[in-house]
Amino acid sequence: MQRELARQFLHDMILAREFEQAAADQYQAGNIAGFLHLYPGEEAVAVGSLRAADAGDYVVSTYREHVHALVRGVPARAVMAELFGKATGCSGGYGGSMHLFDRERRFLGGYAIVGETFPVAIGVAYWLRMNNRNDVVYCFFGDGAANQGTFHESLNMAALWKLPVLFLCENNHYQIGTEIHRHTAVPEIWRHTTPYGIPGKRVDGMDVEAVYAATREVLEFVRAGNGPMLLECDTYRYRGHSMADSGAYRSTLEVQELMARDPVKSFRQRALEQGWVNEEDLTDIENAAQRSVEDAVRFAAESPEPDDVRKDVYAEPFHLYGGSR
Amino acid sequence: MRTRHANLGHEPVTVRARELKVWEALNLALDEAMATDEAVFILGEDVGLYGGSYRVTQGLYAKYGEWRVRDTPISENSFTGLGVGAALVGGRPVVEIMTVNFALLALDAIINMAAKLRYMSGGQFTVPLVVRMPGGVAKQLAAQHSQRLEHTLLNVPGLRVVVPGTPQDSYWQLKQSIDCDDPVIVLEHELLYNETGLFDAEAEPLPLHSAAVRREGRDLTLIAWHRMVPVALQAAETLAAEGIEAEVIDLRSLRPLDLPALVASVNKTHHALVVEEDCRFAGAGAEIAASLHEAAFGALDAPVERVAGLDVPTPYNGLLEQASIPDAAAVVGTALRLLTPRVEE
Ligand SMILES: Cc1ncc(C[n+]2csc(CCOP(=O)(O)OP(=O)(O)O)c2C)c(N)n1
Ligand SMILES: [Mg+2]
Repeated sequence: MQRELARQFLHDMILAREFEQAAADQYQAGNIAGFLHLYPGEEAVAVGSLRAADAGDYVVSTYREHVHALVRGVPARAVMAELFGKATGCSGGYGGSMHLFDRERRFLGGYAIVGETFPVAIGVAYWLRMNNRNDVVYCFFGDGAANQGTFHESLNMAALWKLPVLFLCENNHYQIGTEIHRHTAVPEIWRHTTPYGIPGKRVDGMDVEAVYAATREVLEFVRAGNGPMLLECDTYRYRGHSMADSGAYRSTLEVQELMARDPVKSFRQRALEQGWVNEEDLTDIENAAQRSVEDAVRFAAESPEPDDVRKDVYAEPFHLYGGSR
Repeated sequence: MRTRHANLGHEPVTVRARELKVWEALNLALDEAMATDEAVFILGEDVGLYGGSYRVTQGLYAKYGEWRVRDTPISENSFTGLGVGAALVGGRPVVEIMTVNFALLALDAIINMAAKLRYMSGGQFTVPLVVRMPGGVAKQLAAQHSQRLEHTLLNVPGLRVVVPGTPQDSYWQLKQSIDCDDPVIVLEHELLYNETGLFDAEAEPLPLHSAAVRREGRDLTLIAWHRMVPVALQAAETLAAEGIEAEVIDLRSLRPLDLPALVASVNKTHHALVVEEDCRFAGAGAEIAASLHEAAFGALDAPVERVAGLDVPTPYNGLLEQASIPDAAAVVGTALRLLTPRVEE
């Protein structure tokens, strides 16, 4: 493992943890409203998988996507401002937490209808394939989304036409309050691709190095024109499903067990042991993350509200009845 | 004069004013759009090798190949969503949903995605997607194959909904829809595909959302679209024999609605009657009537009325089926009642 990469992982994961904590605080303070789905516990998945991507790759994500956006380079300011609903947010304040978009960084959105990322991803991939392009589309989805019809419909089409999609399952074992063995007959999601002839693979989603290595392998396969592949990352969320959920349906023992495998703490430890960083470096990284999140919150708080409710309903505004102007 | 048309796999032939069928006009529009813009591609069930359930895509698979004319599995929500995804990154997909009834399985892609992505992304992304779908009451296809979905699609900001009924409009409006950077739903009527009409490729096109006056009149405005336009025209003939001159307006577009054209007509006739094949309750006719009352109350001598489909699932039996949708006699009957105070004067 290279030093540079280790520091990158640490930077990303610590920033992610810090950012989500600040989001929770700001929600509690009344500065963020609506549904807010946080990522603590799952950092190794976003960081390990997206750090393996090329700049030209596309990302289609869910409503639990703040960290995906951050790792793809969307500035913390723009993400936080979007959570605040401000005009400076990455979706101009029109999307909110569940709908982050960044055209320049090929971040094609957070989708809040479970199962929508599949068709969008195969659509992007269809276009890439049709134009002989070499980019890959990341399609994030949860364990619960694997029971949506679009999952199977899209796997079939992706396999039929050999589309360059990396189906990336963030299996945190819960669809809100329903545990996986109660919502999925065969709980190994990677095996669900078998009838479509798509190779599937499972990796420890609490281990950023493992996720990174597995993603690189999968990307190589997909980028070579072999068609899609599925990577299931076995992970866990420490908080409730959203800010509206206390997570009371899980035993303390279970949560404690998974907390002991904290992806951020365990990689921090490994990096120290391996000599990739020293305590001083870590303090620097932590301070920098804290500063950048504080700056993002300040920026969001001070930013103006969007003021045009009719903007962008249509690309070509028209004046007839039923229009946008 | 019948001439060759694009579905034979030749370059589109343009000869002024010839007779064309609606499906041929749609085919020509697709062919020309695909020939001029490589971003345009078609997908749907049986659109390729088979040539399309109503022949609209006939010949295009041979001409443009499988990547641009894609036969899909029966996965409406996901292949329509595929269109949305491709549209986000530069494609101009034309999705054919075999009939509107099956579009109910694609409403997530249409309503939750296509209609909202531009707005939710703060204007960063456009969705230049066209979704074509045949619908309406055809010939005894029973309740699951005879729906009209105007009511469902009209109430969705972000969508445009057009309803071409003639070969000329089918050609113009499909091409304009493909050119448009917004998602456009093109509703086609199953019984109109084989209707023939005069077609002129070089004529100056009407704007995508303009209504058209099909017959001028001074006493009453009949407002219709799709197959109800010929029904309204037939009713106008009968009314003319009684000395009543009905103006017939073909809406051509339901969202947006060319309200100014309707108001202009009502300012002249002072009476309006909407002729609608879709069910009456909460249908497009209700919106048209309400907006006319708001916009032209002073000009109206009587409330706007509707002749509409009955609020029943479409029956299989042929006689009952006919009884479930408006015909010219029903239009004439309602028109006479609507005009009674005037007639008595
Ligand atoms: C189609 C649809 N049904 C239900 C919901 C409500 N809902 C939001 S998230 C969620 C659970 C999804 O679980 P999973 O896919 O495992 O993702 P996770 O939240 O665990 O990341 C549900 C049921 C929704 N948003 N969309
Ligand atoms: Mg889950």
